[in-house]
Amino acid sequence: MSKKVSGSHALMLSLIEEGVDYIFGYPGGAIMPVYDSMMDYQDKIKHILTRHEQGAVHAAQGYARVSGKVGVCMATSGPGATNLITGIVDAMIDSTPVVCITGQVVSPLLGTDAFQETDVVGISMPVTKWNYLVTKAEEIPWAIAQAFYIARTGRPGPVLIDITKDAQFNEFEFKYKKCESIRSYEPRPKINKDKIKEAAALINQAKKPYILFGQGIILGGAEDEFRTFIEKSGIPAAWTILGVSALETGHPLNMGMLGMHGNYATNIMNNKCDLMIAIGMRFDDRVTGNLNSFAKQAKIIHLEIDPAEIDKNVKTDVAVLGDVKETLPILTEFIEKREHSEWIGEFKALSKIEYEKVIKTDFYPETEGIRMGEVIRRINERTKGNAIIVTDVGQHQMFASRYAKLNTKRSFVTSGGLGTMGFGLPAAHGAKIGAPDKDVILFVGDGGFQMTIQELGTINQTQAAVKVVLLNNKYLGMVRQWQQLFFDRRYAETFLMNPDFITIAKGFGIEAKKVLERPELDSAIDEMLNHKGAYVLEVSIEKEDNVFPMVPTGASVSDVILEPQK
Amino acid sequence: MKETFTITAFSENHIGLLNRITIIFTRRRVNIDTLTVSPSAIKGVHKFTITVFETHEMVEKVVKQIDKVVDVIKAFYHTDDEIIFQELALYKVSTDILLNSNQVENIVRKSSGRIVEVTPTYTVIEKMGTAEETQELFEELNKLGILQFTRSGRIAVTRLSEELLHNFLKERNLLWK
Repeated sequence: MSKKVSGSHALMLSLIEEGVDYIFGYPGGAIMPVYDSMMDYQDKIKHILTRHEQGAVHAAQGYARVSGKVGVCMATSGPGATNLITGIVDAMIDSTPVVCITGQVVSPLLGTDAFQETDVVGISMPVTKWNYLVTKAEEIPWAIAQAFYIARTGRPGPVLIDITKDAQFNEFEFKYKKCESIRSYEPRPKINKDKIKEAAALINQAKKPYILFGQGIILGGAEDEFRTFIEKSGIPAAWTILGVSALETGHPLNMGMLGMHGNYATNIMNNKCDLMIAIGMRFDDRVTGNLNSFAKQAKIIHLEIDPAEIDKNVKTDVAVLGDVKETLPILTEFIEKREHSEWIGEFKALSKIEYEKVIKTDFYPETEGIRMGEVIRRINERTKGNAIIVTDVGQHQMFASRYAKLNTKRSFVTSGGLGTMGFGLPAAHGAKIGAPDKDVILFVGDGGFQMTIQELGTINQTQAAVKVVLLNNKYLGMVRQWQQLFFDRRYAETFLMNPDFITIAKGFGIEAKKVLERPELDSAIDEMLNHKGAYVLEVSIEKEDNVFPMVPTGASVSDVILEPQK
Repeated sequence: MKETFTITAFSENHIGLLNRITIIFTRRRVNIDTLTVSPSAIKGVHKFTITVFETHEMVEKVVKQIDKVVDVIKAFYHTDDEIIFQELALYKVSTDILLNSNQVENIVRKSSGRIVEVTPTYTVIEKMGTAEETQELFEELNKLGILQFTRSGRIAVTRLSEELLHNFLKERNLLWK
């Protein structure tokens, strides 16, 4: 039955049709009719008032990443909308389904440099999967239906819908029809069984096969299909930073992380394997190092949903297009059951070297100051891998992704492709909203924390029990590490004169504690985890703590270094 | 090795789509040599014809990115020997130089051009052909003095016996049933 409603009511009704339960947003002039309508639907959709629009979009990302649903954020025109841009770019490069709704000046004022008018559709065009400027109320249901369909299908991504204020006010007969297909858009490439057979033949012949897996498995919800595949194939596997929770970190075939600060064995083996099977990953430069010396000896199979990723960075021998949820079971059927114990033994030998040279001292340091690795180890011992881990960007992010124990699906949220400092706190908040029954632990540095520290106010308002572990080394640590290694220890503008974070947290109404010395650490972690609400645990970290191994920029993955040259 | 490629993209007729397509080139620092946008033979479907001087590898990547744009139905690329292509050029000269001698008429006839309008003050000549051919006529006429000169982007049809878009659409229509 259709009824006459205003555009802003139509928007709320459309969001309800799409199953939206939370909106992260910030009101303002051009979106006020929508906020007014929102009051009539509070029983169905909750709005979370962030303290900055960047906080809203990162929260929507965190929510989407842990729940698998589309995250929704809202902002007003002009500065409200431009403040979303960093998060939109982040969602684009990390394939996160997010729908952003922005208010726009009334349509007769478009192009007149009106107050708070910005060409948001123009600005966001290179960084959205799709965007649209709605100038008529009647277009709202169609635009929202398209937006959700596009955001979540195929390779997911952010969509922005800009709605003029007059379209929010005008009335029309509301009818909603979910979008099921778009003639110009083919989200799931057709599956070519011959290609899968070709891939299976290569796998069955390989002596040293190696699997690189990425977020495609998580986005396709294919974690179980993936586990079945690797267990039958017996092939050692390594993950990209966004692929991490696709397979429990303790799985016997899980060899660790790829990339610049990935594991030692996983990097070296890129150039030792005879067959590389890339699954739902995109050969980012942080993973491949120098492309001219990456896996040249190996045949390459690439399972991927996005045709534009095939041969983009690394030439494939067999490309298997499709959603891995569909292609992996077929591939599993065609492969022989194998064990590659000798080959896995080669990984283990290298892993042992890494453990002795790097991990042991990260976990059980002899330095006086506390190190990041040991904080993560101690938290692992308590969470047993059942928490959701969120990170900001920098050294702590690499330590967390290397060492966090993860046993559950969708349990690691980080800004991978864009490396957005300030992502962590709002994303952790969104993650807690999206997965309220899980412990959500954020690792954040003192630099990134201060970029979106205002979101402590949002957390105080929602009372979401986000556990913040602030690893404070008083430096922009990752940049400082590069200065130490590549710029003769000239620490240009990386020292931070920090505020009293405990007072700040408490000022926001959040319980907080600072740990300066190792003996206090365990009990402080327990206190944080046992505390019912949000908590900030600041840990004072050794100032020249570095992340190793490391593939220096432009170097080959085989040249991964375990420790700084003396 | 760089050569000329003709990229054709078929799309919905939505505001802003041209921008979405051109930023794919801008980001990769690929220069667009010519660009023609017009309705295609299929109602509601627009056609972009773009020429670039680039490597095959780069063109392949760019075309995949164009194809990925939600409102783009399908994108293709061709080398010059796979297509028949034309550009249109218009030349404006003063009518005096036309009347003063046979030169203009001879040049136009030799180049298979055509006079489209003659007024007491100016004369407009058109010519269809490749960029080289229209350029050649420009140089000839310019010796006598050209008032205005303009050239269109390239339009092209394929030399293939199968109709790529048609087949694609047929396939998609079947998919939707």
